[in-house]
Amino acid sequence: MTHRAGAGHPGGSLSEIDILVALYSTRLRYDPKQPNLADRDRFILSKGHASPGMYAILAEHGFIARKDLESYRVLGGICQGHVDSKWTPGVDFSAGSLGMGLSFGIGCAHAARLDESKRTIFVMLGDGELQEGSVWEAAMAAVHHELGNLKVFVDRNRIQNDDFVDAQMRMFDVPAKWKAFGWEVKEIDGHDMEEILEGLAWLDSIDEGPAVIIANTVKGKGISYMENNPAFHGAPPSDEQLLIGLRELGVEV
Amino acid sequence: MAASRDGYGQALLDMIDDKEVVILEADLGKSTKSLHFRNARPERTISCGIGEQNMMLVAAGLASSGYTPFASTFAIFTERAFEQIRNGIARPGLAVHICGSHGGAHTGTDGGSAQSIEDLSIYRTLPNMTVMHPCDDVSATVLTKQCRNLTGPSYMRTARNKTPVLYDGREDTLKIGKGVVHRDGNDVAIIACGVLVAKAIEAADILTDDGIEASVVDMHTLKPLDEDLVAKLVGDCGCVVTAEDHLLIGGLGGAVAEFLVSNIPAPLERVGVNDRFGESGQAEEMLDLLSINTADIVAAAKRAISRK
Repeated sequence: MTHRAGAGHPGGSLSEIDILVALYSTRLRYDPKQPNLADRDRFILSKGHASPGMYAILAEHGFIARKDLESYRVLGGICQGHVDSKWTPGVDFSAGSLGMGLSFGIGCAHAARLDESKRTIFVMLGDGELQEGSVWEAAMAAVHHELGNLKVFVDRNRIQNDDFVDAQMRMFDVPAKWKAFGWEVKEIDGHDMEEILEGLAWLDSIDEGPAVIIANTVKGKGISYMENNPAFHGAPPSDEQLLIGLRELGVEV
Repeated sequence: MAASRDGYGQALLDMIDDKEVVILEADLGKSTKSLHFRNARPERTISCGIGEQNMMLVAAGLASSGYTPFASTFAIFTERAFEQIRNGIARPGLAVHICGSHGGAHTGTDGGSAQSIEDLSIYRTLPNMTVMHPCDDVSATVLTKQCRNLTGPSYMRTARNKTPVLYDGREDTLKIGKGVVHRDGNDVAIIACGVLVAKAIEAADILTDDGIEASVVDMHTLKPLDEDLVAKLVGDCGCVVTAEDHLLIGGLGGAVAEFLVSNIPAPLERVGVNDRFGESGQAEEMLDLLSINTADIVAAAKRAISRK
């Protein structure tokens, strides 16, 4: 997608993808034929630039056609640069500015509570995104309102736009920060499917307040030259790199 | 005399049995007057603490789930969440209704930091947004309740301090997007909003002594602007004055100027705050200091007529 578009965010799409696979394959309740069904679970991709990862999942699960993936970043295409609920079936939140998805998720969680619905609200944040102060306004509010139907993943790939997170704004003890705000916290390897599935079950076991999984991930996971390389936060692979990457992912080219 | 913020509070209270209405507060419910709803329906009132950025998006999440949120804080503090409003509410077109109270220099002694004189301009710039500034408590109540029928977001500025009640018994004349003619005249049209509507009526009375008959319009909705009415006023009067407790840049005067220059050029004099901030002072003192009081409207009317 990013190669075709000549722009986009491959690194964060690959760091989040294993969690998205597990979530959409095993846990999230939805009907791709009725993407706006009121009582569906919600998935809010707050790090909305990592849209190629989400579009791939939406195509895999029948919300959009594989052909639609070619419309990523193309004028009139349904796959906008950042995930957008107006354009893409299955997208619950129009993202693009960091630090917004958790608050939106809180609104969805309040609505579910008012509806006396059992639906669950999942939110994915980036770790660089945690530098936005508004995330912590939301973190405080979710605990205050005891939103047990709100589940969060932090995709901790340790790289942001310009450089490594540690170079831009050190985050120190991320789990301790969430704990201090009153959240239930669990750390996992965000590429170990067993740990991800255990993490999902753990999230479901908590209903008295919000819970967060800090998923340690690798930016650009699965492609040698992208892994842990800040250059691929927001840049597509070249023609040659594309072929190498596809081969490394096991795609016949 | 009554404050338009009390009208907002009354509207919310009138809607307590509408189960889709939810209220969001950022520790200023006593001031914006959402407290009456909170006391009646605490289960549909969400305290966001002193966190406006979070509040606007919680409202967006509720709207996306089928609720109709009314979120209020001071006008100035809504601006802290501008990007949340822009990207989280206006762009997806979610029907979140934002009320910014204590707008304008009329807010008074809290000083320049609290006197939002730019909010109307800021929110006019957002596609999908309806922007209102009612002039009294009755119209604030009616227009707030009409927001329930909007399919997109809205911003309403209310005032802290009391002003004359102009709509008692005239509720039926109010409709979002339609200005209300309070006085008919053929020499000059004075188009005002908010706390300056009563001043415009005073100014028109004073102008009568000089043999000048002014139309006075309450343009409570700045966006969408009632262009048909503005065009009719130009036809009837040949010149226009706008009056607002807001910067000259981008508010009611800006909206009317944009319409006139592209459609029916006519002499326009704008009464508003001229590119400066306010300071501590009583409401009336602020209007005098910033040259946006009755006498300034009278002078502007005469200038407009002289340019015909």
